Amino acid sequence: MGRTLAEKVWDDHVVRRAPGEPDLLYIDLHLVHEVTSPQAFDGLRATERPVRRPDLTLATEDHNVPTIDILAPIADPISKAQVDALRRNCAEFGVPVYSLGDVEQGIVHVVGPQLGLTQPGMTVVCGDSHTSTHGAFGALAFGIGTSEVEHVLATQTLPLKPFKTMAITVEGELPAGVTAKDVILAVIARIGTGGGQGYVLEYRGSAIRGLSIEGRMTLCNMSIEAGARAGMVAPDEITFAYLKGRPHAPQGAEWDAAEAYWRTLPTDNDASFDAEVVIDASTLSPFVTWGTNPGQGLPLDAVVPSPDDARDEVDRVAIERALEYMDLTPGTPLRDIPVDTVFVGSCTNGRIEDLRAAAQVLSGRQVAGTVRMLVVPGSVRVKQQAEAEGLDKVFIEAGAEWREAGCSMCLAMNPDKLAPGERSASTSNRNFEGRQGPGGRTHLVSPAVAAATAVTGHLSAPADLAAASS
Amino acid sequence: MEKFVVHTGTAVPLRRSNVDTDQIIPAEYLKRITRHGFEDGLFSAWRKDPEFVLNRPEYSGASILVAGPDFGTGSSREHAVWALQDYGFAVVLSSRFADIFRGNSGKGGLLTAQVDQDVIEAVWSAIEADPALAVTVDLDRREVRAGEIVAAFDVDDYVRWRLMEGLDDIGITLQYAADIDAFEAERPQWKPTTTPVT
Ligand code: SF4
Repeated sequence: MGRTLAEKVWDDHVVRRAPGEPDLLYIDLHLVHEVTSPQAFDGLRATERPVRRPDLTLATEDHNVPTIDILAPIADPISKAQVDALRRNCAEFGVPVYSLGDVEQGIVHVVGPQLGLTQPGMTVVCGDSHTSTHGAFGALAFGIGTSEVEHVLATQTLPLKPFKTMAITVEGELPAGVTAKDVILAVIARIGTGGGQGYVLEYRGSAIRGLSIEGRMTLCNMSIEAGARAGMVAPDEITFAYLKGRPHAPQGAEWDAAEAYWRTLPTDNDASFDAEVVIDASTLSPFVTWGTNPGQGLPLDAVVPSPDDARDEVDRVAIERALEYMDLTPGTPLRDIPVDTVFVGSCTNGRIEDLRAAAQVLSGRQVAGTVRMLVVPGSVRVKQQAEAEGLDKVFIEAGAEWREAGCSMCLAMNPDKLAPGERSASTSNRNFEGRQGPGGRTHLVSPAVAAATAVTGHLSAPADLAAASS
Repeated sequence: MEKFVVHTGTAVPLRRSNVDTDQIIPAEYLKRITRHGFEDGLFSAWRKDPEFVLNRPEYSGASILVAGPDFGTGSSREHAVWALQDYGFAVVLSSRFADIFRGNSGKGGLLTAQVDQDVIEAVWSAIEADPALAVTVDLDRREVRAGEIVAAFDVDDYVRWRLMEGLDDIGITLQYAADIDAFEAERPQWKPTTTPVT
C-alpha cells in the first residue's frame, strides 16, 4: 500500500515509536520569533537545559517591529521588552538571530524559504500557527505552542500523534484574475474553519501544479484557517528551480543526493487519503470575506448573506454576530462595501510576486482619497527586490505608504492598526474581531483585489477597473 | 505540574461558537515576557460588557468553562491556556476544540473535555437554572456529572495519563536522548543548518 507525501515525511523523522505513545519526531528546522519564545527560554534557564541544536534554530524579529524609523529605539515598552528578550536569549543560547536592520530580517515564514532553509521532506516548526506556509515545499510544517517551543529547543524533537490526511484536489485551469489567495479562501468557505481539523491537507491537481512556489505558500499558509495542522504541496520542478542557488540550499553532489530523495516524496499512486475534496478550478473567481472568520467568504460577485441562509442554529448565530460586528446588511452587494484602509503584506501575501501583482494594478492609477494604503514587504530582501524593480515608486506615486518589513497590520502588535470602526481590505489571513486593532473590521482579499479596492474605495477586482476605464 | 484526577467546581456557560484565541486573549497581551498573570486579558473585549457572562456575580469563582463548538480556533498562542488557568479555569467543555489549542491545553494541565453538543446544551440549561450547581469532571472515569446529567467525555489517552501523573514533557523525552543521538548520526549531510553563510 502506497503512502502519502505527509506519511513519508513523518516516517522519515520518527526517532522513537512505542505502542500507545505519540511518536517522537525529529525536527529539522525550528524557527523562532520574539512573541512565543521568551517563556520557552525562561523555562530552559529554570531547568538549566541548553538548546540542543542552535544550528537548526533561527530567530527573527517580526511581530512587534515598527515599519517606520526602524533604527530608532522601539517606542512601545512592551514590544521593546520582547525584542530585547529575544536578542538576549539568542546571545545566551547561541541561536542565530536576524534583528531589525539586518538584511535577512523579516517575517519568519518569508525569511526561512527565501534563504533556502525550507526544503522538501523536512520537518519545520515554529511557535506560530502560520508555519504551515513552509508546506509549499513539501515539508511537514506546523505551528506549536510555547511549551513545545521549549521542548524543541531542549530536545530537537516533539512527541506527536499522527495526523489524518486530506487531499484537496483543484483540477483545471484557474480563470484569469484568480489567484492562490482566492483558491484558499474558497477552500475554507467550502470546508469551514473546522473542516481540516486533525488533518494535514495536501493540495493536488493541475491548478496547484500550475502555481508558483509563492502561490503555494499563500495556499499552505492559510491551511490553519481551515483548522488543519498543516498544508503541503508535493515538490516538483518548480520547487527545485526555486531552491537552486539559495544560500542554504545544498550544492554540487549534495544537491544531487537531496534532489534524488525529494523526487521520492510525492504521494504514491496507490496511496489513499482519509478524506478528499475536489474543486473545479474553472468555477473559482476572486473571493473576499464578509464576516469575522476566514470561512465566512464569498465570491466578490455575491451579496452579504443573511442569517436565513444559515446551515444550522450555530451558524445562524455566527452569521448574526458577524454581521453586527462588521456592520453589514444582508443583501448588500459585496462590491458596495467601502473600505478606508488597504493593507498589502503579511506572511500570506507579502512576497515579491504579491507586491508585483498589487503594483501592476496600481500602475498609472491613484489610491482613492478616502483610503489609506499600507504596503509592507514580508522581508528586507523582498523590499530590496521590489525597489530594484521600481515597485516602491509605483506604490508611492499611487499614494500608498511604502514601509519596512514586518508583520505590521496583520495583527497590529506594532503601531500599524485600524481604529475602532475602521474597515480594511487586507491581504493577511485573519479577519477575527479586533485582529487588526480593537473594533477594526477586516475583509480578506488577494493582493490584486486589495489594489483594485484601494483605487475605487470599495471592494473591487482589477477587472472592474478595466471595465470602468474602457 | 499538579496531578489532575477528579475536579469539582461550578461552571459558567459561554454560549458562543468559534471562540478563537484572539477572543480568549487579544494579541496585545502577548507582548508580555512572563508566564503568569494573564487573567486580566481573558476575553478582555467581551468583559467590557457588564452583561457578559463572566461578569455576572453568580458565576464568579467558576472553574469549568462550558463553551460552544470550535473552541480555541485561530492562533497557536499558549497564552490562551495560561489566561484560562490564571483566571481559575481547570476544565473547558466543548463539543469540538481546535487542535493546537487542545494540544497546548494538555501540556499546560488544562483539561479540554470533549462531549456531544446535546450534553453542552443540557449542561448550559442546568447551570443557567442553578449557577451554584456542582459540576464534577472525573478524568479517571472520563465522565462529567452535573445534577441529573452523567455524560462520557473524550480525552486523548496519552494526555489523560500525563495529566493524571502530573508529568512534564521534556523530562519524558530526555529519557530517550540515546535514540535522538542515534537518529542524528544517520541524518543526511545535505540537510541545512541555520549557521549564517557568508
Ligand atoms: S504576518 Fe501575520 S500571520 Fe504571519 S507571522 Fe506575522 S502576525 Fe503571524
